[in-house]
Amino acid sequence: MKKSKRIFTYVFLSIASIISIFPFLWMVVSATNKSVDVTKGRLLPGSHLIQNFKNLLDTTDLGTALWNSAKISVITTVLAIIIASLAGYGFEIFRSKVKDAVFNVLLLSMMIPFAALMVPLYRMFADVSNAAPFFGIDSKAAVMLPTVTTAFLIFFFRQSSKMFPKDMIEAGRIDGLSEIGIFFRIFMPTMKTTYAAAGIITFMSSWNNYLWPLIVLQSPQQKTIPLLISNLGSGYAPDYGIIMLAIVIATLPTALVFFLMQKHFVAGMMGSVK
Amino acid sequence: MLKTERQGASIRAKNAFTGWSFILIAVLMIAAFYFYPMIQALILSFKTGRGINLSYTGWSNYERLLTDKTFFTALKNTFIYLIVQVPIMIILALFISVLLNDSNLKFRGFFRTAIFLPCVTSLVAYSVVFKYLFGTSGLINTMLMKLSIIGAPIEWITDPFWAKITIIIAITWRWTGYNMIFYLSALQNIDSSIYEAARIDGASSVKQFFKITIPMLKPIILFTSITSTIGTLQLFDEVLNITKGGPGNSTLSISQYIYNLSFKYTADFGYAATVSYSIVIIIIVLSLIQFRVAGDRK
Repeated sequence: MKKSKRIFTYVFLSIASIISIFPFLWMVVSATNKSVDVTKGRLLPGSHLIQNFKNLLDTTDLGTALWNSAKISVITTVLAIIIASLAGYGFEIFRSKVKDAVFNVLLLSMMIPFAALMVPLYRMFADVSNAAPFFGIDSKAAVMLPTVTTAFLIFFFRQSSKMFPKDMIEAGRIDGLSEIGIFFRIFMPTMKTTYAAAGIITFMSSWNNYLWPLIVLQSPQQKTIPLLISNLGSGYAPDYGIIMLAIVIATLPTALVFFLMQKHFVAGMMGSVK
Repeated sequence: MLKTERQGASIRAKNAFTGWSFILIAVLMIAAFYFYPMIQALILSFKTGRGINLSYTGWSNYERLLTDKTFFTALKNTFIYLIVQVPIMIILALFISVLLNDSNLKFRGFFRTAIFLPCVTSLVAYSVVFKYLFGTSGLINTMLMKLSIIGAPIEWITDPFWAKITIIIAITWRWTGYNMIFYLSALQNIDSSIYEAARIDGASSVKQFFKITIPMLKPIILFTSITSTIGTLQLFDEVLNITKGGPGNSTLSISQYIYNLSFKYTADFGYAATVSYSIVIIIIVLSLIQFRVAGDRK
């Protein structure tokens, strides 16, 4: 009885793992094969990787898309964690009834689906397009602004601030630091792992964001990586080898971030439910 | 006495000011990019017209909504995804996390990482991969035929029924590991002595699962079922990139319909806003029901 349960556990988890990993393996293998071999379902690595890479660079503006995605994701992440951590800290450390009420109202924004926001947001950015093209349609700022501040991230930093030792704030005050000085010189360095987790989560969602960039970015030279992949995949005569290679390249940064910082990432996810 | 009181008040006022300055940017950003557009959407839902030439029409958009077949198809599709996929995923995630929680299990780290891995892919990237895997002559059909499980290829993408199944499989693949992580962390917070006591009392593992694990995890199950419901109601990337909503609107989601109304057909922003308010209302109602259901059994 006990042994059969054990065997079941291993078999079940192995199957679940294979199903989870298989599309990744297939993606990587396909990136090294010719388009025909991909459609035939070839499961062995081929020798077409370099050719696929050359074709990918010739037919698409991969470099530009990667650079756009990198710029948008890095700037969004830095701004997001600064703004949200200031707010999370502010809500927790300078607590008051009014602020608690404001916080609860902010949390309501998590219930608003993006589909309900996209039309008015598009119109807002279209309205400023002529007066301030830097913030208008087809600008990176327009991609970043609506995604940079989320109630989830503020909530996440507020929860973490509860764990921050209050004595250190007192010590900072006695040493004559300003409140903002305490935040930057004491809170930030102490809460490194919290920042790492928040950074990973924000970077990933920004790098993978699709719907809003699809609406707001229009010229080819502004396209981000998910838009490029979506375009490649919707063509009439798609070259599967090239598409798979593009997908592998697009997944590498987030996969790498995840593997290097797995512990923080998992801790960050868990921190959000506590 | 009076002087110190006044000093105290001014310090308090100063503190309140400092506190507000910490949260000001975040509050302004969320007001500007969530609440202001929500009000705009409400106003917009009472207007009609093409592109930027809009005029007030009263309730006509809402009347149109009630007779709009495409909207009801999208709504029905979304609810099928919701009713089928969310329970499957949550039960699967719960089951896997209970198996993984056994500290004597070997390769725990490997299993956990492998099952979580789908969450690092972008929705677009995995959707495109799934589109090819589930093509009529794609790898899934080839393998199923070689294993003699099916005789003829299944029309995963081009048949209305199977296309929905493909979307459901895809979402389950992408999000099960995500939910699993929440359950795992919650399981680790349960005191193991509770299980030991149950074992001594002779409770089977099935009984332990239903009498201890499920009740203890109830808040997290509620949390994940609400976030998964909201996620499914917002479904967009997968449908657009796997089936484009087809065949014949049979996989169309509400988000995609709003997108089509605003950016694909002749822009009808007023009516699109009306449709989007329907999701807001559905999300609020479903969340309240989920809270109520979970609350009652406490």
